[in-house]
Amino acid sequence: MYKVKVYVSLRESILDPQGNAVKNALHSMSYGEVQDVRIGKYMELMIEKTDRPLEETVKEMCEKLLANTVIEDYRFEAEEVVVQ
Amino acid sequence: MRFAVIVFPGSNCDVDMYHAIKDELGEEAEYVWHDENDLSEFDGILLPGGFSYGDYLRSGSIAHFSNVMAEVKKAAEQGKPVLGVCNGFQILLEAGLLPGAMKRNEGLKFKCEPASLKVVNAKTPFTSGYTENQVISVPIAHGEGNYFCDELTLKSLTENNQIVFTYSENPNGSLEDIAGIVNERGNVLGMMPHPERAVDSMLGSADGLALFQSIVKNWREAHVTTS
Repeated sequence: MYKVKVYVSLRESILDPQGNAVKNALHSMSYGEVQDVRIGKYMELMIEKTDRPLEETVKEMCEKLLANTVIEDYRFEAEEVVVQ
Repeated sequence: MRFAVIVFPGSNCDVDMYHAIKDELGEEAEYVWHDENDLSEFDGILLPGGFSYGDYLRSGSIAHFSNVMAEVKKAAEQGKPVLGVCNGFQILLEAGLLPGAMKRNEGLKFKCEPASLKVVNAKTPFTSGYTENQVISVPIAHGEGNYFCDELTLKSLTENNQIVFTYSENPNGSLEDIAGIVNERGNVLGMMPHPERAVDSMLGSADGLALFQSIVKNWREAHVTTS
């Protein structure tokens, strides 16, 4: 079994109004050193081992459903876990 | 003319759409559940607003894998008129039937108010009942109506005259004030404002009715022969 952590965030070139709102809140709390905030999504997928290469499968899932590549970037990391 | 009003779990403007067609326009309408897989008996397809699948993940992203969407794509390929309003527009984008993507409104607020729209292209089967540059009033109600596409796509949208409606005052940050676009062929329209909520002056505006009338008129001209 694999535990795959998928991170989806707005592409760098896309303005992130949620992130901006949070940045402004942090500034008003006097954390003026915060230069930028980007907000994204975090998903955990538990995936069974199959014959298909895991990377390929997850990439496909991300591009078809989990991220909208017109406005979002994604990355993921996988670790093998033992299920009790 | 026979319209299908597609209903997804979470659609909430389906009744308005049905009412607009049935009661105000006087044409046939039928609710079609999202897992149906035959739309062949319908002449026009309507994807109503709402929150399909709770807008989980992204607006419209899950709906586009519904059974019925394969049929909607088929209908679009056959040249049937397909109209997506609000969440319906978001589904058309996610399904790739229209280019671009929807972001959250620039001010992060859900906007629910009448909007002034300019009819930029009055030559589509959806807008022939308006005149070019006519300004109409149609309500908006959305939190994610901030239309975005890359430069190349915007260029082709402009060159092919695919931008159909623009906002007089941009309420959500949409690129180039875009409120509605068609596909290259012109038979698929996605728009954030709700024409089905502007079909009777009692509702504050009847400016949306001409959109539905245009669909019917163009369909009749193409399909009904007089002897």
